[in-house]
Amino acid sequence: MSLSATAPIMIDVRGVNKWFGDFHALKGVSLQVRSGEKVIVCGPSGSGKSTMIRCINRLEPHDEGHIFVEGIELTDEVRNLAAIRSEVGMVFQQFNLFPHMTVLDNLVLAPMRVRGSSRRDAEEQAMHYLTRVRIAEQAKKYPAQLSGGQQQRVAIARALCMKPKVLLFDEPTSALDPEMISEVLDVMVGLARDGMTMICVTHEMGFARQVADTMVFMDHGEIVEIAPTQDFFAAPKSERAKLFLSQILAH
Amino acid sequence: MSLSIRNLLAVLALTLVLGGCGGGSYVWGWYVLSPKLPKGQDNLLFLLSGVGYTVAVALCAIAISVVLGLLIALPTLSTNRYARAVSRTYVEILRSVPMLVMVLWVYYGLPVLFNVSPGVFTAGVIALALCDSAFEAEIFRAGIQSIDRGQREAADALGLSYVDKMRYIVLPQAIRRVLPPLGNQFVYMLKTSSLLSVIGLTELTRRANELIVTEYRPLEIYSFLVLEYLVLIMIASWLVRRLERRMAAADRQFQAKNNS
Repeated sequence: MSLSATAPIMIDVRGVNKWFGDFHALKGVSLQVRSGEKVIVCGPSGSGKSTMIRCINRLEPHDEGHIFVEGIELTDEVRNLAAIRSEVGMVFQQFNLFPHMTVLDNLVLAPMRVRGSSRRDAEEQAMHYLTRVRIAEQAKKYPAQLSGGQQQRVAIARALCMKPKVLLFDEPTSALDPEMISEVLDVMVGLARDGMTMICVTHEMGFARQVADTMVFMDHGEIVEIAPTQDFFAAPKSERAKLFLSQILAH
Repeated sequence: MSLSIRNLLAVLALTLVLGGCGGGSYVWGWYVLSPKLPKGQDNLLFLLSGVGYTVAVALCAIAISVVLGLLIALPTLSTNRYARAVSRTYVEILRSVPMLVMVLWVYYGLPVLFNVSPGVFTAGVIALALCDSAFEAEIFRAGIQSIDRGQREAADALGLSYVDKMRYIVLPQAIRRVLPPLGNQFVYMLKTSSLLSVIGLTELTRRANELIVTEYRPLEIYSFLVLEYLVLIMIASWLVRRLERRMAAADRQFQAKNNS
């Protein structure tokens, strides 16, 4: 999984600051992600990891700095925003499937309404991705009839149906029972192998070692360290990253 | 049919209290409404003829107020402060106008101010709908706000437009939750329509008042009026409960916990 250093920059975060009231959530965050790159973001809770990736598709607006997705700057301009959001897929900690729709309807809604696909094409595509996340037989069920791991795989398939150029994962396995984590991680490993550009907030360090090109360590709203995965796990440069790793790998 | 036995007993008990075992020296004169006498039959038909307007005015008013209320509730989620303020102000003002005052204001005020004279039916529908729309707006606001924020975020992240997000994601879930209070409002509208008797809409209450003038038997006629509303509202609540049960059955389908 080597990454070409000449691949175009897909996401460019420059000097972003964000406040929630008095709380300084992101402090001068800068990050470049190249096409095909897999970035894992780790750090203690409250360190701003989720806020950062939520800024990348503007679920949270940033207060200062610039964010570019494929060269288009994220602003309040509605046309830009819709264009960017349809290229950037997101998988949430709580899945956020639409409970009043079947699995299949969850998947076809956005392609039909945003991309203008016909129902037939959208369903065909949906079944393709459901097969890929190994859950095709559940297409006619409602989300609540599925296990957490199955729901999260549906959520991944739903994001894939928009054929995004980047996938953002916000702690995708944190709400899952332990026995269901690996079925979701397996799907994510598969996506990584196929060359999907990914930014993933997670505490699953085994998974990180396996797929990440780049590790990002955040603490107190700052990016403390950005390093190639092997270097990061072999010898983190900062004391805070060392401490964090020793705590999280102790068990 | 849960409508049947328990409710019939209630009706029976009421008639007994009013008719048979009333204390004091009052002598009931039920002959005015006796189905055995030609005069009584005429009177009964006359009273019952008001039911059309009562039901029609309530249906029209609720239909309009639901649409109005929804439109007013939508800016609730807006990030635009002014849109929220407009919606808030509308609710606060209309919520504080008493229904009867609104009826009089619309019926006597509109012709003077705008040189249009709505008929009693139109004026009644407008007045009821306006007053009720503030409450409908509050019901919808609560329903919309009860939908998990993650639902809207997922819709946003997929690139859905605002209209699609509301139409496919937020409102279908919100409306299921607000059906019981909406049904309640309808029952309330059926009763409140009696206020329109003051501007001369020939609904149930107006008919009763008119008959009293000629028969001079207010207690019998008002008692019968109570009965009319009772039956009407029992039917309405029964329909509302049926609708709720059907929605609940549909809900169970997608809220069933995983049982595999």
